[in-house]
Amino acid sequence: MIVVKNLHKSFSQLEVLKGIDCHIHKKEVVCVIGPSGSGKSTFLRCINRLEEAQQGKIFIDGEEVTAPNADINRIRQEMGMVFQLFNLFPHKTTLENVTLAPIKIKKMRKDEANDIAIGLLRKVGLGDKDHVFPSQLSGGQKQRVAIARALAMQPKVMLFDEPTSSLDPEMVGEVLEVMKDLAHEGMTMIVVTHEMGFAREVGHRVFFMDEGILMEQGTPSQIFDHPQNPRTQSFLSKVL
Amino acid sequence: MNFGFAAAELMFGLSIIDKLQDIYGLQVVINNLPNFAKGAWLTLEITVFSIVIGMILGVIAGLGRMSNIKLVSFISVIYIDFFRGTPLFVQILLLYFGIIPLLFDATAIQSAIIACGLNSGAYVAEIVRAGIQAVDKGQMEAARSLGMTHTQAMIHIVFPQAFKIVIPPLINEFIMLLKDTSLVSAISVPELTHTGKMLYASTYQAVWVWSAVCVFYFVMTKALSILGDWAERRLATE
Repeated sequence: MIVVKNLHKSFSQLEVLKGIDCHIHKKEVVCVIGPSGSGKSTFLRCINRLEEAQQGKIFIDGEEVTAPNADINRIRQEMGMVFQLFNLFPHKTTLENVTLAPIKIKKMRKDEANDIAIGLLRKVGLGDKDHVFPSQLSGGQKQRVAIARALAMQPKVMLFDEPTSSLDPEMVGEVLEVMKDLAHEGMTMIVVTHEMGFAREVGHRVFFMDEGILMEQGTPSQIFDHPQNPRTQSFLSKVL
Repeated sequence: MNFGFAAAELMFGLSIIDKLQDIYGLQVVINNLPNFAKGAWLTLEITVFSIVIGMILGVIAGLGRMSNIKLVSFISVIYIDFFRGTPLFVQILLLYFGIIPLLFDATAIQSAIIACGLNSGAYVAEIVRAGIQAVDKGQMEAARSLGMTHTQAMIHIVFPQAFKIVIPPLINEFIMLLKDTSLVSAISVPELTHTGKMLYASTYQAVWVWSAVCVFYFVMTKALSILGDWAERRLATE
């Protein structure tokens, strides 16, 4: 479903991605792990072109995302993204956060969008928080709203950029729980994470990245129990 | 009246004998209240029209400065630099005596509004730019990641948040502008300061006349700042 070919990305002199190749299947949950600065987030952000790659190609369902004439706004509608810092719209209620894109982009009727949004907020356990502003929510609740907001566009893929890294420890579970449900429903997901437990339990495949290279990939048990690459071994010995 | 007496005495240390003079000065002010009011009204009119021009130019130049189109940002920068980098007083003189007569017929009041509007626009442009840049970059990214175009993201996400950020500096700018309209008295626009000048010239009641002028300015600027506080409160999202 997602094919990445020889992806290179530099920020001025610094080469962050040094040729990534991978293939992600429909309904697959891929967890990307690795030390900070390894290019995990940049890789994820290149997929929906929040970062422009200098070289290489990305295809989604055969359509080239990286093509100069690609309709990136339409392509992005099919890719939900969840950010480390939530990035909820602070001037809008949770309900408006979720309905904004369907109403403005898909030109959905307001009552229809509201129905869908209420359903999604219930699904993430926040059915009673529809008229609350983001500033009144806890970190975990904010992130769950952000997930609902992304789901409202009915994406084919969900990209998670360290969704639990800025949460207090006691709130990590509630967000991972929502993500787990999503995975079980068959959503295609790419999750950049430091939650090794989640990667092992929910991930179908684990990518280990270091220094801008996809060093090793495999099933969770291959990566966590029998890592082949010495880099992977050393990283896992520090975090597990 | 007693209060005015005591206050004047306290502030300026006038002797008892001078008090007769003070009463005359107070009479001058009271008798000329309609003239002050007329001058203040014109000050307000010039300010409001200048604000309208300044806001329009300011938004255009502020966005223009951030534009990817080189020519647009270049022109915006030139405009902002010129009107921020030279004195308003000189701009008023240059436009009224120099440039505007070459282009079209305009009264002194119209020239004053054009000069103040152009000047204010340069400051508003920088306020607008600062406001937009103060909105967290993640907001634009979140909006774009949902599939919004740059323009949609600006309209629905960035502008509403920038607007809130921009209110205090904008009110500040309007207050400065209102006070700076006093400079247009130099081209004989009969606004508040000009009213004071004329009255002073005919009565020599410097303390009373100029104090009265101050009070009129203060009431107007205070009204503006109350308006700003109210707007800020209304836009708070809690």
